[in-house]
Amino acid sequence: MKVHAPAGETELADLVRHLAATGTPVEVAGGRTRLGLGHPVEAMARITTAAMTGITLYEPAALTIVVRAGTPLAEVEAALAAEGQHLPFEPADHRALLGSRGTPTIGGAYATGVSGPRRVQAGACRDCAIGVRLVSGAGDVVANGGRVMKNVTGYDLVKLICGSFGTLGVVTEIAFKVLPRPEMSATLTLAGLDEARAVAALSRALASPYGVSGAAHLAGGGDGPLTLLRIEGFAASVDYRAARLRELLAAFGEATVDTDQVAVAAGWRRLRDVEVFAGRPGAVWRLSVKPTDAPLLVGELRRRLADTQALYDWGGGLVWLLVAEEGDCGAAAIRGLLARFGGHATLVRAGQATRRSVAVFEPQAPGIAALADGLRRRFDPSGILNPGRMAAVA
Amino acid sequence: MPAAAATLIEMPRPDATVIARRAEIVAALEAAAGAENVISQPAETLAYECDALAAYRCPPLAVVLPRTTEQVSAVLKACRRFAVPVVPRGSGTSLAGGALPTADSVVVGVSRLNRVLEIDLANRFIRVEAGITNLAVSEAVADDGFFYAPDPSSQLACAIAGNVAMNSGGAHCLKYGVTTNNLLGVRMVLMNGDIVELGGPHLDPAGYDLIGVVCGSEGQFGVVTEAVLRILPKPEGARPILMGFASNAIAGACVADIVKSGVLPVAMEFMDRPAVIACENFAHAGYPTDVAALLIVEVEGSPAEIDEQLARIREIAARHEPQIVRESRSAVQSDLIWKGRKAAFGAMGQLADYMCMDGVIPTSRLPGVLARVDEMSAEYGLKVANVFHAGDGNLHPLILYDANKPGDQEKCEAFGADILRLCVEVGGCLTGEHGVGIEKRELMVHQYSPADLEYQMRVKDVFDPDWLLNPAKVFPIAASHARRTRNHPPQAAP
Ligand SMILES: Cc1cc2nc3c(=O)[nH]c(=O)nc-3n(C[C@H](O)[C@H](O)[C@H](O)COP(=O)(O)OP(=O)(O)OC[C@H]3O[C@@H](n4cnc5c(N)ncnc54)[C@H](O)[C@@H]3O)c2cc1C
Repeated sequence: MKVHAPAGETELADLVRHLAATGTPVEVAGGRTRLGLGHPVEAMARITTAAMTGITLYEPAALTIVVRAGTPLAEVEAALAAEGQHLPFEPADHRALLGSRGTPTIGGAYATGVSGPRRVQAGACRDCAIGVRLVSGAGDVVANGGRVMKNVTGYDLVKLICGSFGTLGVVTEIAFKVLPRPEMSATLTLAGLDEARAVAALSRALASPYGVSGAAHLAGGGDGPLTLLRIEGFAASVDYRAARLRELLAAFGEATVDTDQVAVAAGWRRLRDVEVFAGRPGAVWRLSVKPTDAPLLVGELRRRLADTQALYDWGGGLVWLLVAEEGDCGAAAIRGLLARFGGHATLVRAGQATRRSVAVFEPQAPGIAALADGLRRRFDPSGILNPGRMAAVA
Repeated sequence: MPAAAATLIEMPRPDATVIARRAEIVAALEAAAGAENVISQPAETLAYECDALAAYRCPPLAVVLPRTTEQVSAVLKACRRFAVPVVPRGSGTSLAGGALPTADSVVVGVSRLNRVLEIDLANRFIRVEAGITNLAVSEAVADDGFFYAPDPSSQLACAIAGNVAMNSGGAHCLKYGVTTNNLLGVRMVLMNGDIVELGGPHLDPAGYDLIGVVCGSEGQFGVVTEAVLRILPKPEGARPILMGFASNAIAGACVADIVKSGVLPVAMEFMDRPAVIACENFAHAGYPTDVAALLIVEVEGSPAEIDEQLARIREIAARHEPQIVRESRSAVQSDLIWKGRKAAFGAMGQLADYMCMDGVIPTSRLPGVLARVDEMSAEYGLKVANVFHAGDGNLHPLILYDANKPGDQEKCEAFGADILRLCVEVGGCLTGEHGVGIEKRELMVHQYSPADLEYQMRVKDVFDPDWLLNPAKVFPIAASHARRTRNHPPQAAP
């Protein structure tokens, strides 16, 4: 497979025009850590953003950063950390979970729309993204949004492109709103709750004014079930909020509070990266549901797929499932339940053969599918960019 | 359109064949939505001739106020059959002319779709019909300790439908974001009558983020009839501090230092001297009128948390030699500090006619931009006062003019356009929360290249292939001409 690493937009646009004219399907890649997500792409060439790197603009006082798509995430995070700031949406590193190598890039995080535990408080990747530049499947250079936080000038394509898995264009540059990195973090832990009680505890905490920035539940594991809450802010504030939350949640048990900064950060990083399922055999699903539905849905699922493991994030709204990689990996069972409960499921990790035969993304209602298809055809008229990657079925 | 004829913004000539079939169209609308929900008497359609950009007016062919999503669907199908343009409407408070009708259009208003459908506190969302007012949403959950975060100053009147269409912001968006960050789902009717559901109570989209592009599409993709909104727990408390400085540049530097310090206020409002004086004369809020710039910064939390944040802010401000620092010590004092700022529009309205601009600039460029606006004010001979959401760079220059003086409105529009071009030049944008509508339509070429605009229009092609929904808005009239006239070439008046 021929690999192209254009150094800039003009070169990229010329290349894409040529590929479109010759009808050459192409795989679009950033750091290659998440290529295993979605349907396998049958491509004859690859475009990598590896040569489009660097921070174009960073104004800490304006809380904005503009970055070329191929820039390693670590480089962006380091630059922000030097000014006491961070990316609010806490993008995950999926290498361990997916068993991939490579270097996560900012463009890859944006194109797959990954958001970590702080989603419940600070928003998702799409909420923090404020500007985008891309080359469409027709080879046109398109800009949308800008570098200011508030912007309603024309349509918001910044959101549309976020999470479109390289099927609408090759992203070359993104602008983000950033936030001050909290002075201190603490983790509050409740032990031994069943899943329904755990989600009820998370709901109660998230309905409090104490600024919870992480709300997760680990169903199984060596220490039994653990329900986790994160509080961030100035030191005195964190102490105060932790104490209030302990009181508020007293009916759920005695919560312990961990303020060891290294341990707290490492714990939430493991959660963010879904490390509990890393290296373990089985297929991994990611479900987005109404939080209080999550334990009910998982309970019913276990009746059909006996050894389903679950990790709850976003107060229960995000569920990671580890199931046996057999047959359809539980697709019919999971989607049958979602039809009843609402929400959607993505098959995040499975072998190529499974991903070819199972609908990786949630099949959509015909009206919505028609809109999505129409957008794809207008952004990529020759259908060359990551063909089939987001298709409902291969 | 007597008023519009005298001004700069052109609307397409109404389609004479549509107007000629008026009776037939009204009958079809009545069949679709019930006669009691259709307004066609000229005396009554007059109430829908404009929004809050009141210099532009034109009564529509008819107005429909459906009571169900199904009626909306039937109405849109009927309109499509007759190739009638449709102007969706919430409460008509748009400042950009987003809800301005044309003589050949049907206004579809959602004001009768105003119920709360579901409140789910455990999952922190509310499902409403889209005609409900913004304030009514917060009120519906207030007793349970929740609120809906985006709070435009028009919140008593404006509808969630308009908020979604314009992606409206509010005083607290520095911390809580704007509409798009708090919108989880919509139910919407497309121009072909299809009813689609996007998103829902869960936190992220399945497939493409269609809600993300529907929010802010200014009524050009479909008629939104329901919305699922995130609700948030109310903070324990909030308190503002008021600080006056010797120059715009010093106040700007103080804002930058606050942001860099790691304190995240919920609101940070900046007023220049003309704005301070006008507000003080009008509202008697006790503002010092001898300062060059005034900052109001509000923080949230428990009493102790508020004290700590305000102490940090005072310490930063002290480095910028403030002429006055006044920390609120009570609810009464807080109200007084906000009273002046909230009266800004009213205060200007008392002085003269005014136009409110809505540009955004990188916060670091504030002093330079205000200095340039000052020069332009002298060049145009029109006074201007500036209020500014300092945390996010959203600048609201209020330009004063005299609507009765021939040529003054044109001059005011030209001055406003110059300010917005300046915003784009320094790295900002044309509009931060009011939307493009008709007002900033022709300025879009300053921010976007032809390809940038082409790809936006392609998105509209997908949602509304015949370009019947709010057709003459957002895009420069020449840029959208071919698409608007493709399937229904304009007919000359007989
Ligand atoms: C005094 C005053 C203060 C204001 N303050 C603020 C502020 O602080 N922040 C801010 O952001 N804005 C502000 N605005 C502007 C305005 O209130 C907002 O744009 C608001 O969201 C408009 O809501 P509306 O219901 O009045 O919509 P309308 O004016 O009726 O319509 C606005 C747009 O939405 C479209 N639309 C309406 N209903 C639908 C629907 N059902 N489906 C699809 N499209 C639809 C219309 O076609 C139009 O393009 C202010 C306006 C005034 C007059």
